[in-house]
Amino acid sequence: MLHIPILRKGRPYVSLTVNRTPHHRTREPFVEISQANSGLVRRDLLDAEATWRILQGFRCEELVKMSQRAAEYFKDDDLPLGDATQSPEDYVKSISATTGLPHVMVRKNMMKIYGVMAEIESVLSGLTRGMDLSVLDEGYGVAGGHNVSFFPRGYNLGAVLPNNSPGVHSLWIPAIVMKSPLVLKPGSAEPWSPYRVIQAFIKAGCPPEVFGYYPTDHGGAGTILQSCGRSMLFGDVGAVKSWKNDPRIELHGPGYSKVILGEDCVDDYERYLDVIIHSIAENSGRSCINASGVWAPRRGREIAEALAARLAQIQPKPADDPEAKIAPFADPRVAERISRMIDGGLNEPGAVDVTAQYRPGGRVAQFEGCTYLLPTILHCDSVEHGLANKEFLFPFASVVEHPQASMVDAIGPTLVVTAITSNEHLKQQLLASPHVGRLNLGPIPTMKIGWDQPHEGNLFEHLYARRAFQQQSAELVHH
Amino acid sequence: MSTATATDLELRQQQVKEKLDAWTREIVQWHFSPETGTPFWLDWAAKAGWDPRKEITCYADLDKFGNFQDEWLRGGPVRKWLPKGQAGKPVYVFETGGSTGVPKSRVQIDDFRIDYEMFSETLPEEHFPKGADWISIGPSGPRRLRLAVEHLAQHRGGICFMVDLDPRWVIKLIKWGEMAMMERYKAHVIDQALTLLKAHPNIQCIFTTPKLLEAICEKVSLKKLGIKGIFCGGTEMTPQFCRFAVEELLDGVYFAPTYGNTLMGLAVHKPLTAEDGYAIVYYPPAPRAMIEVVDPDNPTRIVDYGETGRVRLTTLTKDTFIPRFLERDECERERPHPMYPWDGVRNVRPFSKFGSTVVEGVY
Repeated sequence: MLHIPILRKGRPYVSLTVNRTPHHRTREPFVEISQANSGLVRRDLLDAEATWRILQGFRCEELVKMSQRAAEYFKDDDLPLGDATQSPEDYVKSISATTGLPHVMVRKNMMKIYGVMAEIESVLSGLTRGMDLSVLDEGYGVAGGHNVSFFPRGYNLGAVLPNNSPGVHSLWIPAIVMKSPLVLKPGSAEPWSPYRVIQAFIKAGCPPEVFGYYPTDHGGAGTILQSCGRSMLFGDVGAVKSWKNDPRIELHGPGYSKVILGEDCVDDYERYLDVIIHSIAENSGRSCINASGVWAPRRGREIAEALAARLAQIQPKPADDPEAKIAPFADPRVAERISRMIDGGLNEPGAVDVTAQYRPGGRVAQFEGCTYLLPTILHCDSVEHGLANKEFLFPFASVVEHPQASMVDAIGPTLVVTAITSNEHLKQQLLASPHVGRLNLGPIPTMKIGWDQPHEGNLFEHLYARRAFQQQSAELVHH
Repeated sequence: MSTATATDLELRQQQVKEKLDAWTREIVQWHFSPETGTPFWLDWAAKAGWDPRKEITCYADLDKFGNFQDEWLRGGPVRKWLPKGQAGKPVYVFETGGSTGVPKSRVQIDDFRIDYEMFSETLPEEHFPKGADWISIGPSGPRRLRLAVEHLAQHRGGICFMVDLDPRWVIKLIKWGEMAMMERYKAHVIDQALTLLKAHPNIQCIFTTPKLLEAICEKVSLKKLGIKGIFCGGTEMTPQFCRFAVEELLDGVYFAPTYGNTLMGLAVHKPLTAEDGYAIVYYPPAPRAMIEVVDPDNPTRIVDYGETGRVRLTTLTKDTFIPRFLERDECERERPHPMYPWDGVRNVRPFSKFGSTVVEGVY
């Protein structure tokens, strides 16, 4: 069986503790993954400063070029995977095997990762607001006509990574070009992308020592978060709650992303159905930037009916079908649990599953030995309903009717808002809202994101802090 | 293994079995006789309608008791467990971890001393020198570990320094998500330990838990501090942890992992070897406690050697009689060893059918 080792400062290490991740369809073990004990992780991080110094020996410009070369290797080359090698096609099939994502979706995610690595200059320019990266090499410089000086907030970036969708890995990749060593804990079902990105960077000339890859358990994840100078944590509500008071950790929990229709546009909702459907169903609804809510001041039921009729056309297809639009659950029990949770919520008056009329077989569907949750649209007549603001790992959204005047206050924390309106007041309310992480004004799908924009925090600001800085030549003092 | 050795081992196994059967009869007589018996068991026998003193003739007969219910050990009065034959002696009460509900209690008079004196015989002299002082860094409070390790040190002619850790507090911190506070508490424990280790050069032996051992070794080289042997236990250890300890933490200091609990006492380990994948193999302190590996769905069926099953414990001492108690652990059944010619257990870990409801903390 294929074995993925731990990477300790880039060196493979085969653990005596292994996890076997099954193929989502056969449930037979597909890959064996070495597991790091938490003491091992902590020990490797004791000399984090020395590892950090290795990257300081490179100029950002060199690292940018490495990233651009690594992008091509990531996309096109055979790269090491334990004792084996992995072709790009193997990578696609492996992710599909352990996560259930159809090949076509994996390829799209692969291109997202490629895009960030290839377009790293643009990404960094967005994150630093166009600052010359030599400022990071020298420690100071001039940006926008002002003296600037930045210092690193830590000697590394830890990342506790999720399983839901590979595109998420785009978020931590820029750190390496910003001279921050990486300490990664991959998800048990998606060990593939972080390993491949690391191998691509190493092939491009990046020193292996700056990469830590530690598949590990809950305790090991905690060790990474405790021990790294800065970290990112991806997880559900419960997982991120434990760390919400630690400013060293950037939390990536549920997105609760939404499409909002203003009074001025709601009567033309049919014009925007494509945008809304794309927001809900792209990538099988697995992303935090998928819309899980559609908010409108009126005509909610009609909108829900129209979405349901369209989304009900999405049916399971084989993993290698280029038309596949929905992914099965890697663990069928999770699908059944989610479906029961939704049904339980529907016992509360005020919400109805509008899609139910289109799928006589029920929400849980079987296809070629896999378990799916079919797209589900609810209509909620109040924001107070228990299902009005929920997010699940499949194409799911609640259409909520709420007066426009108080809509922005009512949406709660929302990663992406797509606001379809020309109403200036509503736009200003959204621009002023602390709840909104990413704002799309106009009919832009929530899934369409610019990588030069910050995402749940600005990675550059997470890794670096600015200090006040003035400089005068020592000679001037003597004179 | 040669035929001669195998025959010798089989002979010794037979001797162990005969000794175990005789010891079982003696212990059953003790706990069920009106003169020396234990109130709980006397009451139990009166209700059961059969006399264990007549019907239990060998160790295997203990199956007649069915499985011991751990709920019987929760709450009081604890004196129901005190054999009349031990009346008048100082009584200790020890508790299990207490990570789930009301802790189980066990009253003891002599057991912890006897168990650790037996265990002492298995410790290699060169790594745990007689007359060397010890330090115990780990749970004390209501746990028998504290008195037991101190007695072990004293039995070997040493003095035992103590640093306490309260695992119940650690579990609460984890449940509350107070991870930073947990780290500070751990650092507080480690700081105390390092102070003592640096101040007392005759400390050559350590008892501690896996997590605390890791934390200490992040700060100092135990070898350079003159430590010769480490006795490690208290929580689950994986072969990977043992490998990590031997290869990366200890610079050659002898590492003795143990499996024990308040109900059983202390199991001894077969020496760790890389060739054996650092498998952790324990043997119970026969005949005072026995471990079988049983089919979880049919706990009277002992699984085959190498097969996975649930740990079933039987404790047979003058202080305590606990027949057929199903532990919260699983493992593989291990063949007898020339040093310990009775069944052992390999790679003990939390029982998977329970899921992950028990929080294991830093301790």
